[in-house]
Amino acid sequence: MRGTGLARVWRRSIQARVVTSTIVLSTLVVALTGWALLRDVASGLADSRRSAAVSEARSGFDYAQTQLDATVETEPATQSQALTQMVDSLTRSRGATRTYELVLEGPLTDDGQVPIRSSAAIDQASLPTDLTDAVKAGPGTYWRFSDLSLLGSSTTDPSVVVGSQLRAPGSDDTYALFYLFSLEDQQQTLDLVRRALLLGGFAMVLMVGGVAWLVSRQVLDPVRLARRIAERYASGNLEQRMHVRGEDDIARLSSSFNQMAASLQSQIRRLENLSRLQQRFVSDVSHELRTPLTTVQMASEVLYDSRERFDPQTARSAELLKRELDRFESLLSDLLDLSRFDAGAARLELDTIDFAEVARRAAGDPVLERAGIEVRLVGVDRPAIVEADMRRIDRIVRNLLANAAKYSGSKVVEVEVAQNAESASLAVRDFGIGLSGDENLRVFDRFWRADPARTQGGTGLGLAISREDAALHGGTLQAWGRPGAGSEFILTIPKPEGSAKNPPLMSVYA
Amino acid sequence: MLTIVLESEGLTTAVCRSGDRVMAAFAQFKPDVVLLDLMLPGLDGMSVCRQIRATSAVPIIMLTAKADTPDVVAGLEAGADDYITKPFKNTELVARLRARLRRSDQLAEPLVFGDIVLDPAGHTVSRKGEPLELTPLEFDLLACLLGDPSQVFTRETLLQKVWGYHHPGDTKLVNVHMTRLRSKIEDDAEDPQVIRTVRGVGYQAILPGS
Repeated sequence: MRGTGLARVWRRSIQARVVTSTIVLSTLVVALTGWALLRDVASGLADSRRSAAVSEARSGFDYAQTQLDATVETEPATQSQALTQMVDSLTRSRGATRTYELVLEGPLTDDGQVPIRSSAAIDQASLPTDLTDAVKAGPGTYWRFSDLSLLGSSTTDPSVVVGSQLRAPGSDDTYALFYLFSLEDQQQTLDLVRRALLLGGFAMVLMVGGVAWLVSRQVLDPVRLARRIAERYASGNLEQRMHVRGEDDIARLSSSFNQMAASLQSQIRRLENLSRLQQRFVSDVSHELRTPLTTVQMASEVLYDSRERFDPQTARSAELLKRELDRFESLLSDLLDLSRFDAGAARLELDTIDFAEVARRAAGDPVLERAGIEVRLVGVDRPAIVEADMRRIDRIVRNLLANAAKYSGSKVVEVEVAQNAESASLAVRDFGIGLSGDENLRVFDRFWRADPARTQGGTGLGLAISREDAALHGGTLQAWGRPGAGSEFILTIPKPEGSAKNPPLMSVYA
Repeated sequence: MLTIVLESEGLTTAVCRSGDRVMAAFAQFKPDVVLLDLMLPGLDGMSVCRQIRATSAVPIIMLTAKADTPDVVAGLEAGADDYITKPFKNTELVARLRARLRRSDQLAEPLVFGDIVLDPAGHTVSRKGEPLELTPLEFDLLACLLGDPSQVFTRETLLQKVWGYHHPGDTKLVNVHMTRLRSKIEDDAEDPQVIRTVRGVGYQAILPGS
């Protein structure tokens, strides 16, 4: 849980990423600088100590050599004593604090049995072998860094060892004299520097992280504000504006943001205005046309009702007048309905509706009986309840049944109702001429008719309106068919919180 | 043209062409039913409707070219009993007019329903002894529902029985009037005790004591 939480923060927060990468990078930089610095300091310290050590050792060697030159005794015992004295005097000679130890080997022989005198119990391993070899090989002063350890002690001190060969002119013996200077002081200084660097580096990384956090916040705060405002725009609230301060990039972002919102708002207002105008126009036309149409229609009905009293020609005219006026009226009301859809002015009046009831009622329409159509009802024994506009649903179903009766040539029409958790469907099937090719799509086109001669009357707008009615509910109206077999229309209306994506009825032709 | 059609049906008509003069003509002619065009010169139809309703329970039928819901609902709430959208069929208009003119013949004798008493002779309703001011339409609606408490009336049935519709019309009509009727006969219109709504079907009278 914690892992996914962190991953989520990493994914979602630019600030977290900026701060983390700043800390990682600055840690790397600080570590590299610290390492280089420490190396320089260490080598500087060691070099200065070494040159001091070498010059001090040289004076010691010179002194020892003069001592040896002065010694003329060849008696081994006396010589040995003189050598011990020399070591003692060398260690004593430099004041109270001795900063070095001495090792004197010799007289050197080839068989390796060499007597050793030293100022302290120094472990022989403290002398690097390559140094002793070089010293024993010939004259000259040599030095090496080494670890000084005393016998019986486990601690070692870094040290610099300086060695040189001495020759006793009297006995022609050679000796190797080694100075071992402890570097402990330098080591302590180095430790101090290292600690300071570590602490400083840590503090610096922390501070850089903090700075990164502050800076990123400074940049991101307006971005976050912009995001919140953009979210509000997205949800339709275009009133919000960003606060513009200064002339930097953030201010420019804010002002272009505001411009965007303003232009969106004005665009929407313009469209709203347009839609309102269109609606108004439709409403006005509706009224202006309907009032005279009503009068004309009433007059035509009076004429039609008394057509028996007219001569045949006038009677026929009265019939035509009435029929075409009726058609004109339905055309007008269909067109007005469509323009209401187009203007987005159509509104639903939701009611609780049972599709089974709708199907039963539609099947009982006397128009169907007069046309000699048998309606078979399937699945109407269980209610299929949806929230829908009764008038529109009725209109769709009546329309589908009327189409089946008028155009299919089928004498039997089947109406099936079904529902699932998401939606309810109502299918109207006929077994007549069916639909061919892309007709199942074209039937919803405005003014489309299966027979181009338009012999059957009707406005050609019924299915277009029905489909708009279905869409207004968030539902679908789809057509299927096969030539000669029949056609099928399925209306699907979603239930509240549901969708029409998985209709409970599938087409038999699908 | 309206006059020709109506007089051919044997009705007597008086025409008032301006909204401002309606009230004077109304007092003079004393009509049994008012056909009111919403688009009148002078005072608009809604105000006229409200004025008539303030003084009389006479049936009012609106004629409107605007079938858009807000207009219709506003008209019904202003006190109209019914509305007809232009253009209409003569037969439809006459049927609706006749339905409004017809005195309710569903009740032969006074009907007692809980504490509500319907008297068909005087066309009056009283509740707990107090007379209620119902329009003839509201009386018909109530009589229809209380007349057969065993039955759930769909809005379509009510439209047909009370308003004289021949084919399924607008169920808003029923809803608006039911709301108004309830506000008169129920103690609390939000929690009806006399007429209950059967979800998805219609309305039913609640038998007293059940």
